[in-house]
Amino acid sequence: MQPTSHRFIDNAHEALHNETLQQALANVRVNFIEKRRIAVEALPEFDDLRKAGRDIRDRVLSDLDTHLLAFEAKVQAQGGQVHWCADAEAARKTVLKICQEAGAKRVTKGKTMIGEEIGINDYLEANHIEPVETDLGEYIIQLRHEAPSHLIAPAVHVTQKQVEETFRKAHRDLDPKRNLEEPSSLLAEAREKLRQRFLSADVGITGANFLVAETGTSVIVTNEGNGDLTQTLPRVHIALASIDKVVPTLDDLTVLLRLLARSATGQEMSVYTTLSTGPRRADDHDGPGAYHVVILDNGRSKLLGTEKQDLLRCIRCGACLNHCPIYHAVGGHAYGWVYGGPIGAALTPALVGLEEAHHLPNASTLCGRCEQVCPMQIPIPNILRHWREEELRRGLAPVAMRRGIGIWAFFAKRPVLYRLATRIGARLLRNFAGKKGRLARVPLAPPVLTQGWTDMRDLPAPSGKTFHALYRQRRTGSS
Amino acid sequence: MSDRDNILASIRNHKRPSGAPVVTPPTPARGQVEGEERRDLFVKMATAAAATIEVVDDPEMIPELVGQYLARHNLPSRLVLASDAMVANLPWADHPMIAHRTGPATGQDHVALTSAFAGIAETGTLALLSGPETPTTLNFLPEHSLILLQASAIRGTYEELWRDLRDATNGGADWPRTVNLITGPSRSADIEQKLLMGAHGPRKLHILLLND
Repeated sequence: MQPTSHRFIDNAHEALHNETLQQALANVRVNFIEKRRIAVEALPEFDDLRKAGRDIRDRVLSDLDTHLLAFEAKVQAQGGQVHWCADAEAARKTVLKICQEAGAKRVTKGKTMIGEEIGINDYLEANHIEPVETDLGEYIIQLRHEAPSHLIAPAVHVTQKQVEETFRKAHRDLDPKRNLEEPSSLLAEAREKLRQRFLSADVGITGANFLVAETGTSVIVTNEGNGDLTQTLPRVHIALASIDKVVPTLDDLTVLLRLLARSATGQEMSVYTTLSTGPRRADDHDGPGAYHVVILDNGRSKLLGTEKQDLLRCIRCGACLNHCPIYHAVGGHAYGWVYGGPIGAALTPALVGLEEAHHLPNASTLCGRCEQVCPMQIPIPNILRHWREEELRRGLAPVAMRRGIGIWAFFAKRPVLYRLATRIGARLLRNFAGKKGRLARVPLAPPVLTQGWTDMRDLPAPSGKTFHALYRQRRTGSS
Repeated sequence: MSDRDNILASIRNHKRPSGAPVVTPPTPARGQVEGEERRDLFVKMATAAAATIEVVDDPEMIPELVGQYLARHNLPSRLVLASDAMVANLPWADHPMIAHRTGPATGQDHVALTSAFAGIAETGTLALLSGPETPTTLNFLPEHSLILLQASAIRGTYEELWRDLRDATNGGADWPRTVNLITGPSRSADIEQKLLMGAHGPRKLHILLLND
């Protein structure tokens, strides 16, 4: 997928003024947060599981090659194949080759973020193979020619009304007067349409939430059952994974599963957690005849041993998106690539380059809620700070920002000057604010820097005294 | 160098030892219960996940109860069955009104009955294994999924399930193609977060819990 992260500021601006999107995003703010809270409170061991999950991931990452090789050996022992792909291009070619060798015309797909990362749908289509998304949300956005805007709720930016319009446009063979007012009738229509595709697909492509080295297994987690029909019915199953997905044992898998659904949707367990190991056995009556696992690096191995390694702990639950004030405001598309929200802001620069994505680490208030709710305790705010430093160091930040920080740094390194300047500033603003104590616009400052704030609300004026002055006053007890 | 060599070399170049301690992860106390308490927890959690449960004391009664289920849901008196001993040995011959066949499910099957390897009380989850007698399509294609579970096969936690499964598969050497962990019927919340049941998998998950 071609990134447009360099357009983040314009993207965000458009998103803020898109009323339909704002209406759709309102659902995120309410539902996900409350459901997660209830599920977490129902499991007293949740915090200890987070620590255990973090430790499992850290141990695997410290010896990742060993675990991946162990996984590969088990897959091969069960009759499956593992394909190592250094970048998106290699992964696309690998998938196409498997499909062509199977004589495939139609491919059904379960949800896969790696599939998005390598842009597999467009590539298959260009090579005359029809990719069909089968997750309801993914199906909706495929018909709308859009990318997912959330890790686990890909069509969260689409309203029910828009789904209806999309279905009427796409399903021309059905009665145009049919009633689609209820969401259940929309679901029934998609189920019916996709049922035929499931049964006629030649290859099924799924993602992999986890790879288990102990048994050579790929694991998917879904609620709809679409991933299972995708990996059971066609002749060939391809699981797309990245190098960070491997866990050593089934017991390690269990720790991460106990965290995943609760953090994602607030369920105790998702409806379907499926372990796939090799192709169908000699005496099986169903299941795919061939089983392939594609393992993608795409820049991840270079994060090992750096201050950004912790990003590779991520289990893609989406909790950080659900709790992020910036994501709530602009949605996932504004981030301009596959991964949105806090994890996207931290991961995208590593995968597509800081030149392209340097705005994203600034798209955060650093409020820290993402780290608080992250089941893997990824220090996202810290990683964003590292990116910001690098952005400044490499001269990627806009001129106004570099100058502004330069001026601030000049004063900050000279405490006497700094105190004097803040004292004058605070007093001036106090005087301009008058009795109201609020400023409708900031005097003396260039409007371009401040009107973004004052257009929407007043700026509270300082009390007139600086923090230092107040602190001294408290300590000495004088006024 | 191949991509495989390149990736492995890059990992080896960059990886650093971890200070993460090796400690046994916690197992939720909730699942560490026995006997009736364990069975009750399974029933409670599966029900919370929107499965329906019917407790059966006499296996001979099961075809009769299946017939009642079909009638209750206005379904044709027809279903596809797993062919494992637990399902196949039931007295289907005494119920000629229920048409049945065995084998994998097709797009035309509305109802399937198969048997579970285990239940996991911790989350009210069923563990089903693929195999010649219990094809995976039975678990996903029909709209109504009926599943036979012996109460003695209910485990408290996932750790117990894996231990049993390793034992049953010759230490993992005969591991089945598919292990399905199923918690309630299929659902989707992809349209404005409204929870809708019966997305692509079964709309109903009905567990026949056999007291043995």
